[in-house]
Amino acid sequence: MPRIHIDHREYDVRPGRNLLETCLSLGFDLPYFCWHPALGSVGACRQCAVKAFANAEDTNGKLVMACMESVADGQRISIRDPQAVEFRENVIGWLMTNHPHDCAVCDEGGSCHLQDMTVMTGHAYRKFRFNKRTYRNQYLGPFLNHEMNRCIQCYRCVRFYKDYAGGHDLDAFASANRVYFGRSDDGVLENEFSGNLAEVCPTGVFTDKTLKQHYTRKWDLTSAPSVCVHCSVGCNTLAGERYGSLRLISNRYNGSVNGYFLCDRGRFGYEFVNVSSRIREPRIPVNTQGESWEEHVHKATEVFRGTRIVGIGSPRASLEANFVLSRIAGRGNFYHGVSSSEFELSKTASQILAKGTVPSLSLKDVEKCDVVVIWGEDVTNTAPMLALAVRQALRNRPMEKSIAANIPPWNDAATRERVQQERGPLVIGSYGTTRLDEVASMTFRASPGALSRVGCAVANQLDDAAPLAGTLDEEEQAVANEIVRVLRSARRPVIISGVSSGSMEVLQSAANMAEAVRRHNADTGLVLTFPACNSLGLALMEGRPFAELLHEEQDRRGTLIILENDLYRHADPRTVQKIVALFDHVIVIDHTWHETARNAQLVLPAGTFAESEGTFVNNEGRAQRYFQVYEPVNGIRESWRWLLTLGNALGVSQKGPWNSHDEIVRALAASADVFEPVMRVAPSANYRIYGQRIPRQPHRYSGRTAMSANRSVSEGKPPEDRDAPLSYTMEGTRLPPPSVAIPFFWWPGWNSVQSVAKYQDEVGGPLRGGDPGIRLLEPTSKAPLYFSVSAQKPPEVIVVPLHHIFGSEELSVLAPAIAERCPKPYLAAGPMTFGMHTADHGAVMRLEIHGRMLTLPVVVDPAMPKGVAGLPVGLPGMEYFELPASASVIMQLQNAE
Amino acid sequence: MEKPLTQHIRADGKPLSLNEYERVGGYSALRKVLSGMTPGDVLNVVKDSNLRGRGGAGFPTGLKWSFVPQDGPRPRYLICNADEMEPGTFKDRLLLECTPHQLIEGMIIAAFAIGADVSYVFLRWAYREAARIINVAIHEAQEAGYLGRNILGSGYDLAMHLHTGAGRYICGEETALLNSLEGKRAIPRAKPPFPQVSGLFGKPTIVNNVETLCCIPPIITHGAEWFRKLSLTSDAGTKIYGVSGKVKKPGAWELPMGVSLRELIEEYAGGMLDGHKFRGALPGGASTDFLVELDVKMDYSSVAAAGSRLGTGTVVVLDDRTCPVGFVRNLEQFFAQESCGFCTPCREGIPWIRNILTAMENGEGMPGDIDLLERHARGLGPGHTFCAFAPGAMEPLQSALRFFRDDFIRHIEEHTCPWREHPVNDHNSRGFVVPHLQTNYHAADTH
Repeated sequence: MPRIHIDHREYDVRPGRNLLETCLSLGFDLPYFCWHPALGSVGACRQCAVKAFANAEDTNGKLVMACMESVADGQRISIRDPQAVEFRENVIGWLMTNHPHDCAVCDEGGSCHLQDMTVMTGHAYRKFRFNKRTYRNQYLGPFLNHEMNRCIQCYRCVRFYKDYAGGHDLDAFASANRVYFGRSDDGVLENEFSGNLAEVCPTGVFTDKTLKQHYTRKWDLTSAPSVCVHCSVGCNTLAGERYGSLRLISNRYNGSVNGYFLCDRGRFGYEFVNVSSRIREPRIPVNTQGESWEEHVHKATEVFRGTRIVGIGSPRASLEANFVLSRIAGRGNFYHGVSSSEFELSKTASQILAKGTVPSLSLKDVEKCDVVVIWGEDVTNTAPMLALAVRQALRNRPMEKSIAANIPPWNDAATRERVQQERGPLVIGSYGTTRLDEVASMTFRASPGALSRVGCAVANQLDDAAPLAGTLDEEEQAVANEIVRVLRSARRPVIISGVSSGSMEVLQSAANMAEAVRRHNADTGLVLTFPACNSLGLALMEGRPFAELLHEEQDRRGTLIILENDLYRHADPRTVQKIVALFDHVIVIDHTWHETARNAQLVLPAGTFAESEGTFVNNEGRAQRYFQVYEPVNGIRESWRWLLTLGNALGVSQKGPWNSHDEIVRALAASADVFEPVMRVAPSANYRIYGQRIPRQPHRYSGRTAMSANRSVSEGKPPEDRDAPLSYTMEGTRLPPPSVAIPFFWWPGWNSVQSVAKYQDEVGGPLRGGDPGIRLLEPTSKAPLYFSVSAQKPPEVIVVPLHHIFGSEELSVLAPAIAERCPKPYLAAGPMTFGMHTADHGAVMRLEIHGRMLTLPVVVDPAMPKGVAGLPVGLPGMEYFELPASASVIMQLQNAE
Repeated sequence: MEKPLTQHIRADGKPLSLNEYERVGGYSALRKVLSGMTPGDVLNVVKDSNLRGRGGAGFPTGLKWSFVPQDGPRPRYLICNADEMEPGTFKDRLLLECTPHQLIEGMIIAAFAIGADVSYVFLRWAYREAARIINVAIHEAQEAGYLGRNILGSGYDLAMHLHTGAGRYICGEETALLNSLEGKRAIPRAKPPFPQVSGLFGKPTIVNNVETLCCIPPIITHGAEWFRKLSLTSDAGTKIYGVSGKVKKPGAWELPMGVSLRELIEEYAGGMLDGHKFRGALPGGASTDFLVELDVKMDYSSVAAAGSRLGTGTVVVLDDRTCPVGFVRNLEQFFAQESCGFCTPCREGIPWIRNILTAMENGEGMPGDIDLLERHARGLGPGHTFCAFAPGAMEPLQSALRFFRDDFIRHIEEHTCPWREHPVNDHNSRGFVVPHLQTNYHAADTH
């Protein structure tokens, strides 16, 4: 371990790091701009200058940039050296020559790295007396605002957008002191991770446009740690509220999950919480009287008492809510609110994770892999942050060369120059074009049947015990051979598949591949994606898919409670109508109006993720807690709380004698071994730090005594959180909370998101006390879990599901900004999909799936193979179809224009 | 006096054709190399010759070549830096336009020594005539079997391409040149890794100046000792010196290394124009410190000892009828415009300097400006900025502040430029953005 001297004190530090990250990890305040913990060093801003001395006798020393120097044993540096201090102040002086000093009207103000660094260097007096340079700004789409005059040319934006996230439409233009960061023309920033620019930019050039609609300073936000609800990856977020509306989603660092970034669906999808289609009050069918909504509901449900209760749970509701519903309904009466095929797929996927030999990987683990095989998934659209992790993983194999050439991995520019366009192997087996194709070493586009045949053949080649699923043609054999070759060459291979392909064959063949590689390489990993934020959590619970209600023998009358679910997204309309018609009473608990809720007799408004607490199990199998951000108004309650009320009203309270979230969690943990660790995911509501709660509001929160004065001049008693150790005000501890309960990142001198370094053990490492979340599933088996895949005889045309990051997810598409990016319904087809009927762009096709007619315009995907067509899933205005499905009758209504 | 670089140049200034070049012994050095010498032999001769890089830094050429790892990845590249854009410098142009085959022969030998597979001539865009001539010469050399596969039956292969830049001074910086050649923004790279290890497309690469490469064939033909003895001092060979400014005969001449500045100006350049007195000179182009003494030997170590750098060896003379502040302002305007915009001190500091100097010229200088200029000269010093561009830009400024300080003070105290009647017409320094520049990167209105 190198020992270095900083201002005449000795420190033992980690080898292989640069001086800047070392100083920051040691707790020094050393200003910087262009360096970013995830992006590495390029040495552009010259802000982190320190004095380096040749030896103990050297008193002159020379200035070096800390971010560009490796730590070395015996190194002597000074941060406080007057020349270094003066130079760092000069750098701010230079950066400020053209900065507009418009902090008061800048969205970044109060959480601005440039402000923090300016104060840190002591630059207070402006010597530049000449005019400032000005730019014109660009329209960049619904997510980001552009204000180039604030730019300090740190180059972070293009380094993140192009180098890290693989974007193509943001660049540095012009030169000298006219350098401009933007698009070549005005237009929507297309990359799926563009929103991170708002956090990557150290000042207010790129800011969150959705925040601007209801702007609030960081210090005025009431925030809580949350978990993204828009896919199964479960990125950790910070959710901020003011005046009862959700204002901002920002990254909550979790070293094992999302690191420093979020996808645009996760960052901008939050506005479904604020939209007018929210269910804000209970809808009660009869005239009732009562003091509270609870009493109303109690009275209204009296007539339901004693009837059989059936519950349909939800893959987007918390473990706790699903658990309470399952207890109210009782054994045999709890159904999973997912389609039968999704049910089987999710169950199988959970078994692969629990009963196989291959561990599921976190995103951090994926970033360390050197060979990636993606089977049947378009991960950019189904689990976007996984795609970002894959892009980083592809750097590992070529980086072995730059490391061998003594280029440290933190030296980003030099590494990229040495590595150039080289990437590690990425094999994508898919139905058609996917976003990651551009970085793939091989793509194989095929029907589900062909994918499974090849997958099984790969497994079989690696391990005789793995069963085959049919014979391969020449092309398929070549693909299988190539996959075997790259998997054998891997140091750390990962197989990525999931539920979104809709195909059991594809999922099982991917699992077989992973199991077979694992025979050769103990570092093999597996990642399976799921459709919703708690799909895996629900799959771990007992129950059957709700469509089976149709086939039941027993008495079907009774009360149906539907939890946070629009059944029309999981079954065709006739099936849903038939099931609902089976029951005397239908109760829906949800936060947003949809067809299922509109047709229910009793509708109870649920809190969204921002208005409730709960636990989700992400695709890795990691149980993660999210906390209520603010107390909802009117009749909105956490769905678990409404379920407790209903349980009482329906006379089944003895099955769930719980009054608080903690009690539910305890009961959940006791209900099954797999849920036992959920108890330890987060501290209980009684947790205190020296007797104090963790404040949701920062100490600079303003307007508290005035903000409700339009209703009453006396300041009401702040609500008390009985379900979490957080307070709703700024009162509470000033000490850092446990990692799972950090409501905002803020540190003296560090107001911006860059303060996260102060919460980490070392820069870029886990949060102090460990990254949040507990893995529920570890592979237990010693013997490989192989599936005998039954490859179906392919129909003439098979319609497969396609996913869209903006559009396919139920809640985010309610957010106006996301809706703006959502495509219109279409049918994807390759040039040979329909054999003789050549599909042209814009042609209107009519086809029959499961006996239902569908008329859609064609979008040509040149990569889609013969006999395969694609239907986007979940877009607004599209009915549910169980996919993949054969499409039998086809005719072309209209030619392409 | 031997002139190995320019002896065969035609009187009419037309380029030597392949035939003409061969007739005066051209490509015999290459034949010598390919008929028996190993790359190591060539390297040793060049090392022994004491040849130092003529691009400005004066780094020993043989030593530079020896850093190419023998077991490094392929292909390897040899690049001729012909992006001559230093204000006041026109020596490479002479060689490019007049003896293109000597350059090509030197490049082939250099490429052989380092085991290069591909070579490029990176040429300044404005050298249109040179581009045409080099293209013809490369074609001739290919036809004659000096380039391409199995050169002269030796089994050695080398491809050569001409690449013309897009007109950025920074492309003369060897790592920015590499980025530009790769089709990227012309910004320098951090060193280490050095191009010898990770250069063009991440592969081992040597970048040499035109004049350096032109020295190679005569060194091979006549030997290292002969080359060392051409010089008057310890730095070997001849040098193409140039003089510009208010002298009677501005021009460029090949002379033994170590000729004195006095001899250059008074003898070869014919002395100062009538009515003009010598006040100082930049000895090696725009990014070198002023010398005010004439009795300085023009070699690397002597000029360094005198407080400047030999640089490119092309002298820019300052006379007593030219305002030194305006002289420096003109240079800083160039540097402000040519900064690549990557690192803060250079991108923001040099325009600030330019603005201050313009203000002084317009009689708007203020007390404290000299202090500000000196802070910048220190702040943009070596090691503080990403590359050597800004430190180079500070050299004329810091030395002007030392030697012509009174002139700067007069500008401020007299609220005018004592040499000038009209204000400097410079919109940039007043904070306006030149409209045509703006439209380059803005398509529509603000949103």
